[in-house]
Amino acid sequence: MGQEIGLLIVFLLVFLYDTFMPRKALGGITAFATVLFAIFTVLGFVCGECREVDAFAGMYVTSPVCAMIKNILNVGVLVVLIQSARWANSETQVMRRGEFYELLLVTLFGMYLMISARHFLLFLIGLESASLPLAAMVAFEKNKYESHEAAVKYMLTAVFSSAVFMMGLSFVYGLSGSLYFSEIAVGLVGGTSTMLAVALAFVIAGIGFKLSLVPFHLWTADVYQGAPTPVTSYLSVISKGAAAFAFLVVLVQCFGQFYSAIWEWMLYALIIATITIGNLFAIRQKNMKRFLAFSSISQAGYIMLGIVGGTEMGLAALMFYVLVYIFSNLAAFGVIGAIENKTGKLLMTDYNGLSKTNPWLACSMMLAMFSLAGIPPFAGFFSKFFIFTSALGSGSTALYILVLIALINTIISLYYYLLVVKAMYIAPDEPQIAGFRSHWTERLGLWICVAGIIALGIVSCFYNDILTTTETTSLFAFMF
Amino acid sequence: MFSNILIYFVIIPLLMLGGFALCRGVKGIRTIAVVGSTLLMALSVWVLVDYIALRQAGNTEEMLFTGSWEWFGPLNINLAVGVDGVSIAMLILSSIIVFAGSFASWKIDDARHFFMWLLLLSTGVFGFFISIDLFTMFMFYEVALIPMYLLIGVWGTGRKEYSAMKLTLMLMGGSAFLMLSLIGIYYHSAPEGGQLTWNILEISRNAAIDKGWQYFLFPMCFVGFGVLGAMFPFHTWSPDGHACAPTAVSMLHAGVLMKLGGYGCFRVAMYLMPEAANDLAWIFLILTGISVVYGAFSACVQTDLKYINAYSSVSHCGMVLFAILMINTTALTGAIMQMLSHGLMTALFFALIGMIYGRTHTRDIRLMGGLMKIMPFLGVAYVIAGMASLGLPGLSGFVAEMTIFVGSFEHADMFHRVFTIVACCSIVITAVYILRVVGKLLFGPVQDEHHLQLTDAVWWERLSVVTLVVSVAAIGCFPNFFEWLIRFTFNPEIFRAIGM
Repeated sequence: MGQEIGLLIVFLLVFLYDTFMPRKALGGITAFATVLFAIFTVLGFVCGECREVDAFAGMYVTSPVCAMIKNILNVGVLVVLIQSARWANSETQVMRRGEFYELLLVTLFGMYLMISARHFLLFLIGLESASLPLAAMVAFEKNKYESHEAAVKYMLTAVFSSAVFMMGLSFVYGLSGSLYFSEIAVGLVGGTSTMLAVALAFVIAGIGFKLSLVPFHLWTADVYQGAPTPVTSYLSVISKGAAAFAFLVVLVQCFGQFYSAIWEWMLYALIIATITIGNLFAIRQKNMKRFLAFSSISQAGYIMLGIVGGTEMGLAALMFYVLVYIFSNLAAFGVIGAIENKTGKLLMTDYNGLSKTNPWLACSMMLAMFSLAGIPPFAGFFSKFFIFTSALGSGSTALYILVLIALINTIISLYYYLLVVKAMYIAPDEPQIAGFRSHWTERLGLWICVAGIIALGIVSCFYNDILTTTETTSLFAFMF
Repeated sequence: MFSNILIYFVIIPLLMLGGFALCRGVKGIRTIAVVGSTLLMALSVWVLVDYIALRQAGNTEEMLFTGSWEWFGPLNINLAVGVDGVSIAMLILSSIIVFAGSFASWKIDDARHFFMWLLLLSTGVFGFFISIDLFTMFMFYEVALIPMYLLIGVWGTGRKEYSAMKLTLMLMGGSAFLMLSLIGIYYHSAPEGGQLTWNILEISRNAAIDKGWQYFLFPMCFVGFGVLGAMFPFHTWSPDGHACAPTAVSMLHAGVLMKLGGYGCFRVAMYLMPEAANDLAWIFLILTGISVVYGAFSACVQTDLKYINAYSSVSHCGMVLFAILMINTTALTGAIMQMLSHGLMTALFFALIGMIYGRTHTRDIRLMGGLMKIMPFLGVAYVIAGMASLGLPGLSGFVAEMTIFVGSFEHADMFHRVFTIVACCSIVITAVYILRVVGKLLFGPVQDEHHLQLTDAVWWERLSVVTLVVSVAAIGCFPNFFEWLIRFTFNPEIFRAIGM
């Protein structure tokens, strides 16, 4: 419970500061919120949960694993906060920056609920409070047409996916007589029916929207492009990471017994479609944010590989992948944000010759691309290797084929990641962006990300820690 | 950890990398490059001497200087190192070529970044040769691949963007198959339910992998490494890549990196899955047989010096894989000799081509001629390299190819005999294209008057060339020593498993 309460306190303090502080002191809200959140993040690591605790009659459960994924998300949010400081204090946003922090913290709270919920009603509350405020954040640049368009798209798909999700829930309730995860698993014993398959398809579709799995991904590119860059980065890593974990919990805990009967093949199809289509569309993108949108779609497919097989090792690989993905993607968005803030340029051709004028930005971007593509010795290689290793654990031939398809896709992804490197380092054109010194907060954010990209893989304690923690979980009790 | 001598093969390049990052002036960078690569060479000689001493003292362990440090404990991934004669031969080869390559790129633009990427590549190469843990081995393998993209893309010539992308994607495509196969090996490394392991020695000792799975994993592993070994039909990256790469990169790539493929096929694919290797060898024999002959024929019709040499590499590297697939001691010895021989010889070729190109600004043999009179040093060195390539006794090529063909002729059946004869023909074709180039380029009338003003090699070029020529001659004159060095490797276990 500690983390939720802590987050709530942070939220309330930021809210009170924003509301009651005199206008002159409002300039400090960025520092206030960031420092407060940093303290909260550190506290989350220091006083970790060491056993499973439940509350609200078992609707809410927290365990070392839940605490760990929340900590991972916290680190990501902290980096987002640092990176967004410059944007939040820019002329157009300065009046509304308080709301930005408040909305962000509320959505994070929603994600916490999604992660810890063991009852579908609480889960739904979490899902909604993680989605709806995000729509407001997407619309944050109120002078920009794209921002509005993106917000409307996001809002409509979010609402629609919730409706689909609830439809599925009503079926599940009808079949099992309960909305508790553990009771659903018991209530469904023995009966695989078409109804259940339909219900599961609805549930998967509902969460699939959040994760932007293909074919539920159509909103992603437009929203990523239209939203302000800090919001895009938040959307692409934090929201995705939380949803991936929640997805695993729901599938494994409620429907684990139907793994091979129903959802194994659904998952395979989703993964193959997500990775392949995400990759193929990313090749043709010219706008960096759209490019990263499709890249993050395909990355979501790789994250899903951690669910395949339903093992503790898979869970660990998933969490490690999310952690590495947070750092790699935030590094990429950090560079994009820094350049956008300075010059407003977003096209890949604008990055031509960047290495000559801004070597450090180009270098960070290259490391981010290498890490996303899975090139050693950067962290992405390790996370990819572990997720493939975990997926092959059960050793069926179908899994070998699935992983082979995923591996071939890494080559496609390497191609488009290298396109960015090529633009920055090899393209013969004159540099489009003059050399500039980015804001110190942006640099700090990038340094953190680069340190993460380099250290997370080589220093083995991160993965080993995650793996030992996941071995304590009881999530997989119903998995067959 | 730091008491193990092998780990310094990775630490020295990393320290050099750090040195380049901090160093500003071009003088300092050259100093670091020279000191570092000399240290590496000294280290490899030291390991060699130590190894010989240990062997002569009667140590018959499979790998010496072994060490293992836990890395990802729960998955049993360790940083495990160890060398036998073959790895030591490869380490010596790599250090010689890194040394020669540093001198060959004395005047490169933006030396700091160039050497940083080059040393990252070398780290991968050295790490690969000392690893005996599949995970670390694979990691170092990929570390060695990616710097190629920038090295060719930024410092290359010609259609460099296309070539760099093609090379990277094809090699990474190979490593995708490789990764799947390695993970598969891991999961089948303990059939009786013991601790799964990535350690090559443990897996081969247990002869663990189920035969049915071997049929699935061996081809993927062999193709994965075979792409880097330029196996037909996956060789197409090689001519383009080599032709566009800067001199030192061509040297390192053809000389060492392509050996990673052969070494991997030998150490992982064949060593761990001998039954499948024996049963499926015929498929790959056909492919490598095509590589050998097709590469040689292609070299005959090319007019660009680098393309000629790149196709010649396809042919010679095909020979390495060809010999590995013969799975007997003689042929395997030949394969390792060929790796050494081809590595040194082709590095010499690319160094010379780079130096000639640096003077004439063309690589088209139709536009050059009579260079022997203008630059006698380079000319003579080119002839020596050519003679080594076509197998003149006394130089390295003869020893290697002789051993390979004797070994492969030990197979009494029709299929192997025919393919041995076909591969033998490549020697004749090699003679055709080598003599064609030598005649056109070095002798005959001078084609371009401007060439008369050109100068011969300067001291750093000479040093680079002499190092390589001496090494080529050393293998040719003392084959017994190298044969003795690598003999201990061929663990009788793997031959027993397949009934030979």
